[in-house]
Amino acid sequence: MDKQLVTGSEALIRSLLKEGVDTIFGYPGGAIMPVYDCLYDHKHELNHVLVRHEQGAAHAAQGYARVSGKVGVCIVTSGPGATNTITGIGDAMLDSTPMVVIAGQVGAALLGTDAFQEIDLVSLTQPITKWSYQIRHADDIPWAVARAFYIARSGRPGPVVLDFAKNAQLAKVEYEPQTINFIRSYQPYLDIDEEAVCAAAQLINFAKKPLALVGQGVELGDAQKELLEFLEKADIPAGKTLLGLSALPTAHPLNKGMLGMHGNLGPNVKTNECDVLIAIGMRFDDRVTGDLHTYAKQAKVIHFDIDPAEINKNVKTTVAVVGNCKETLAAVTAHLKENKHTEWIESFKESEETEYNSVIQGELNPVEGPITMGEVVNRISVATNHEAVLVTDVGQNQMMAARYFQFTKNRSIVTSGGLGTMGFGLPASIGASFGAPDRTICLFCGDGGIQMNIQELGTIMESGATVKIILLNNSYLGMVRQWQELFFHERYSSTPMKNPDYMKIASAYGIKSRAVHLREELGEAIQEMLNAEGSFLLEVGVIEKGMVYPMTPAGATVTNMLLGY
Amino acid sequence: MNKKLYTINVYSENVAGVLNQVTTIFTRRQLNIETLSVSASSIQGIHKYTITVYTDAATIEKVTKQIEKRIDVMQAHYYTDDQIIFQEVALYKVPAVSLLGSNKVEKLVRKHNARILEVNQTYAVIELTGHPDDTQALYDELMPMGLWQFVRSGRIAITKSPVERLSNFLALIESRKGKNGAE
Ligand SMILES: Cc1ncc(C[n+]2csc(CCOP(=O)(O)OP(=O)(O)O)c2C)c(N)n1
Repeated sequence: MDKQLVTGSEALIRSLLKEGVDTIFGYPGGAIMPVYDCLYDHKHELNHVLVRHEQGAAHAAQGYARVSGKVGVCIVTSGPGATNTITGIGDAMLDSTPMVVIAGQVGAALLGTDAFQEIDLVSLTQPITKWSYQIRHADDIPWAVARAFYIARSGRPGPVVLDFAKNAQLAKVEYEPQTINFIRSYQPYLDIDEEAVCAAAQLINFAKKPLALVGQGVELGDAQKELLEFLEKADIPAGKTLLGLSALPTAHPLNKGMLGMHGNLGPNVKTNECDVLIAIGMRFDDRVTGDLHTYAKQAKVIHFDIDPAEINKNVKTTVAVVGNCKETLAAVTAHLKENKHTEWIESFKESEETEYNSVIQGELNPVEGPITMGEVVNRISVATNHEAVLVTDVGQNQMMAARYFQFTKNRSIVTSGGLGTMGFGLPASIGASFGAPDRTICLFCGDGGIQMNIQELGTIMESGATVKIILLNNSYLGMVRQWQELFFHERYSSTPMKNPDYMKIASAYGIKSRAVHLREELGEAIQEMLNAEGSFLLEVGVIEKGMVYPMTPAGATVTNMLLGY
Repeated sequence: MNKKLYTINVYSENVAGVLNQVTTIFTRRQLNIETLSVSASSIQGIHKYTITVYTDAATIEKVTKQIEKRIDVMQAHYYTDDQIIFQEVALYKVPAVSLLGSNKVEKLVRKHNARILEVNQTYAVIELTGHPDDTQALYDELMPMGLWQFVRSGRIAITKSPVERLSNFLALIESRKGKNGAE
């Protein structure tokens, strides 16, 4: 085949196209201008979404990746452009989101001289990426891009940074496409260990009270079908992590709800009663385990994970099944006996009733007083036939959405779990709308979080992204206020917040909107939002001092959940 | 927690920035690296690190896995002192007069099995290879005679096990390469 002489920027674009990239989120600047110049020529095949802040680019790429299962891509300039993406990179690292960030860099001759907009991005991002690499020569480009995508999407996915020196963008290179699916120092996942598989199956076959903990690893491994077969064959009830919520349909009889600090009572209480605890693609985050010294001490623990470094990191396992859970789950299922754990599963009912009576009933069906967050979430979930993609920001809105939104489809939750990044929701929802253009995208956010990246309304205006934004306005930084109420003697230090007129803001950006304060209007307003073409901002004035219950205080035992006042 | 000295061996690709990635893993966990020695190994393109650190068994296991997780790191293993043979090198500079005036220094050199690397009219340089206790003992004896400079290297170590883990790993990797198509 004839080799063609092209610029480094052109080589980059061709390499991206070769990786199947169709959408890029980004923001131009001096050190990345040659790439932007090239993008101009490739408009027809590469959709560039101009964000309003590079943090937005990173979160949008995350949202895109999470719903589509593809690698999210953003392109930014050097220096401040690059540093603005760091929150998103860290967020993607903690939540195992495949992402490639391409940042401009000063010319190689200027490196190390504190040149204009020079920042040592590789050093800055090494601890929060799977791989971070500086491209100094144009010849490197096809190799570096192929390697970046291979690393980002294989094994346990994660973010990769390519720091792209300007001279390499301009230099001419013979472009030759490259494919990488092997790196000798990197094993995306290990081969199945038959012994571990048999040991796990043995433990499960003899378990009287098994409990599964389902995490995002199931969706990342595309193993929802394998999960169902596993759970159904051995009749195992399952709790889900925040990021694993859509890995198992909410209505499935074996679904016992969400784990963790604001999760459901049942799976939390039962964690300390089960005899075999089966963690699947989850990493025992402290928001799930609470106090490790009292966590599931009675249980034998089986841990399915793709990342060997997760084994025994927080919870000591009895059997570790390392590998891609699509394969390992199937392998273990093959050794499982058909089983029934009727009595054990029935025993969840007590907690479910307690939680329903003391928390859920009041939250979802209040008869008077201000609107609650829970009822808004529930009504929107119902109105979308539980088929929408849920995107959340961080705070009470996030926990309420996670608790009361229902899931019927895979890859339906986009939220910042590990880093808990306020300002994540709005840009992530824009990204999600590009990653799943045929689905309804519902963003729940607080009045604090929306303002952290509110400029991305401009991206909606320009790109025509369709996002149904539900702003749950309680005039407080609600989640912090909740902690102040419970643990700081109601000293509301810097949490009451004066809000702007969101209707005016929406209208300034050409986005349809409506504000609701009365319960009677809520249903109709939701319909108006869902029927509207394009994006819509629905501001709901909710109870100012609402609380998310149940709650396990930080570091407390998972069974000691607070149920309310 | 039961702390003791662990030795970690790391094999990595010879690319810029790996050392940084390895050391930050210790920093994050507030672990102080006692010694660190890095150089090319006998295998083309592969660098070998020997790191020592005081910590407990649970932590060393986690740290080693996190090191191994870095893309450019091939393998990382940890050992206790009874599983390895290890050495450090120390260099001592003493004023020439302390050699000329008496045979004390010469006796010390013999006693400790050290070597004189260089002597001139101003100073002599002595080298000793051994465990930290050995190099420290000579240090303690030379000190009263006037010691101008002293330096000790990080530990290097080799396992007592007959199995060469890296070779096995490389063989496995090569076989995979066949399966997946080449890089
Ligand atoms: C970037 C960032 N800054 C601060 C926090 C700490 N924080 C967590 S929740 C929260 C309050 C969120 O308030 P709001 O967005 O109004 O949502 P609500 O809790 O009221 O639903 C804050 C400040 C955070 N998670 N992220």
